[in-house]
Amino acid sequence: MSSAGGSRYDEMLQEDGSVRSAYADLREWYDSQDTAWLRRQDAEAERFFRRIGITFNVYGEEAAEERLIPFDMIPRIVTAREWRKLTRGIEQRVRAINAFLQDLYHRQEIVKSGRLPAHFLRENEAFLSQMIGFTPPGGVYTHIVGIDLVRTGPDEFMVLEDNARTPSGVSYMLENRETMMAMFPELFTKIPVRPVSDYPRRLVRSLQACAPPGFKGRGGARPSVAVLTPGIFNSAYFEHAFLADQMGAELVEGSDLRVMDGRVQMRTTEGYKPVDVIYRRVDDNYLDPLSFHPDSVLGVAGIMDVYRAGGVTIANAPGTGIADDKAIYSFMPDIVEFYTGEKPILNNVPTWRCSEADALKYVLDNLAELVVKEVHGSGGYGMLIGPTSSKKEIADFAAKLRAKPENYIAQPTLSLSTVPIFTKEGLAPRHVDLRPFVLVSPDGIDITPGGLTRVALKKGSLVVNSSQGGGTKDTWVLDE
Amino acid sequence: MLGRAANGVYWMARYLERAENTARLIDVGFHLALTRGSRASQEEEWRSVLITTGQEAAFLARHQDLSGSQVFNFLLRERDNPGSVLQMIEAARTNARVVRTSLTNEVWEATNETWMILRDLLARPVRETNLGEVLSTIRRQSTLVRGAMEGSMLRTDVFNFARIGTFLERADNTARILDVKYYVLLPSVAWVGSSLDNVQWDTLLRSVAGNRAYSWLNAGAMDPRGIARFLILDGQFPRSLLFCYEKIRSNMAGLAKQYGGETDAHQQVRDAGSMLHRLTIEQIFEGGLHEFLQDFIGRTNRIGGAIAADYRFIA
Repeated sequence: MSSAGGSRYDEMLQEDGSVRSAYADLREWYDSQDTAWLRRQDAEAERFFRRIGITFNVYGEEAAEERLIPFDMIPRIVTAREWRKLTRGIEQRVRAINAFLQDLYHRQEIVKSGRLPAHFLRENEAFLSQMIGFTPPGGVYTHIVGIDLVRTGPDEFMVLEDNARTPSGVSYMLENRETMMAMFPELFTKIPVRPVSDYPRRLVRSLQACAPPGFKGRGGARPSVAVLTPGIFNSAYFEHAFLADQMGAELVEGSDLRVMDGRVQMRTTEGYKPVDVIYRRVDDNYLDPLSFHPDSVLGVAGIMDVYRAGGVTIANAPGTGIADDKAIYSFMPDIVEFYTGEKPILNNVPTWRCSEADALKYVLDNLAELVVKEVHGSGGYGMLIGPTSSKKEIADFAAKLRAKPENYIAQPTLSLSTVPIFTKEGLAPRHVDLRPFVLVSPDGIDITPGGLTRVALKKGSLVVNSSQGGGTKDTWVLDE
Repeated sequence: MLGRAANGVYWMARYLERAENTARLIDVGFHLALTRGSRASQEEEWRSVLITTGQEAAFLARHQDLSGSQVFNFLLRERDNPGSVLQMIEAARTNARVVRTSLTNEVWEATNETWMILRDLLARPVRETNLGEVLSTIRRQSTLVRGAMEGSMLRTDVFNFARIGTFLERADNTARILDVKYYVLLPSVAWVGSSLDNVQWDTLLRSVAGNRAYSWLNAGAMDPRGIARFLILDGQFPRSLLFCYEKIRSNMAGLAKQYGGETDAHQQVRDAGSMLHRLTIEQIFEGGLHEFLQDFIGRTNRIGGAIAADYRFIA
């Protein structure tokens, strides 16, 4: 499908069909390969992923409970110049998000200044009253952020979403690179690609830099880090295990932890031992049955009390979801300016808040051209892509929208950039997005050069979510 | 290491071992069915396979017919049979996923691959023509996982818990196999020297992959006491009760060394081990082979429970 609004931008080919310089070496290599061999490599990659067990679970599908996210072996290339700009933009945005969270849970200057209407906080479940007046260890709210970017032109990268709760996908970034290096080592001697493999080491260092006041590093001991997972049935379990393994951290479930002597302690074969930093991959609501969902078995009873008393660090901090809420998203340009005093380097996608009468009218009148998303939804579920929907689908959606307008936002259908994928018929362009991974600690903001490129494998499709038929690619940031 | 992770590697190893032993029992049942003529005696053999794996009642609740293909399909692939090889391999793999971070890539990949291969191989009912291939795949894959553990894992608590699981399960399985067939080793006036005895003894040895080893050690001479001594007290045979307990003791010693102390389970393992060292096969027969085996199975079970409690497998 195409793109309402403007011609699409292909990252490899110029409009006249010639190859952009960033892709020249790759394309030359590709043209000199035997296609039958490439096809075998492609099949080999899939077998490799299955064997090492990089699968994800799809909710609600019993039979095919473990699926593989398709991997496309043509890398996506980002030039050093492009990356420099992205880095500056992401850093500015992440800095603003942390300042915003600190403000929301303390003085709320941004509300007082009139830039953010108070009801956006009051009515938002992601805003946690338990966090009011509390500053997390090191002043860091979002230890790990995944900023979703889309590209619409040579110099236009826009932020589609800020994932400030528990962004996933970093294991694919790492495994995709491993796979590429194993399959096509010669490419890496030709093309100067910046490495991503030290992400787990940077992650653990960054988490340890946020140790709680309760940690006493006697004898130079380092803070102990654990990854808290909901368990093997969670769709991202592979990633939780992968990261714990790569960091040398324990992979724990709620049932392994208990609050004792003012600390969170894990049940080991030698008795209970304190955990200093918990990288949790469990949602806020399930973190502590005493503070949130009383029937949660995924969390730890009393952990919030220990947290507030300085006995443990929770990463990301509870309550950060307010910053990546889709309704708040529309205020991000103001938020960036308010806290950094600078113009945003990365633009937002124009967004209509359907809670506002004028916006709602516009959205209803133009549904066929717009993308409408649930404010609290994720994973590509519950959304309408106007240009690819039938009249009936649009009419049905309009009814839902009228019934609960505050549940929705709308954006123009963007003409996402395309990059080539490998198909039976050779290279073919497909739409992509990009999620770079950002680490925040008192020592600074650290962005791994690369990220997860998600690609809509179906011709013309704009939905890149893995739950909806999307695949992934290795992302190469070129060295200067 | 986490108590839950210790529980996971321990059960992963137990399930793999049990799956392998089930495959071996099916192999023997099938072998006998080929050599025994009458349908009734074939059915008796399959029944004793079901009794040994503790699944007679579960089988009869779902099937009437004790035919070979009915029984081996039940034991290999039936979905609602938690004791089927496929379900046990899946359980082993689920446990491996749970403790993914405690395992080396080699061990995880071998386990995952085992599950993938058997899932495909057992997707359709097994026929007599491909039974041999299925059984040898199960044995080969479980050997592969054990080899991966042996060759890639650090000799720490993780490894020790896995090995304790393997050998507790194996000791239990050998004892059960012996117990179901113990009567063939008892003196019987009518049968002495008959060819039936030889077949039964051979079967028993085959069930624990000991027929060649036994013949090799005894130059082909078969006698019931010799066979019982071999399966219970021969420290050279890797499926004998004594051998398994020697291994458990040394892995428990590894834990005590790493953790700087022993637990109740250590004492229980030592008691069981010294009993095996002290006893002669004559004393075992005097006291009753069946009684001895029942007592042994109970002890092994209690040791498993003590280890789970001492090392906080469960909250």
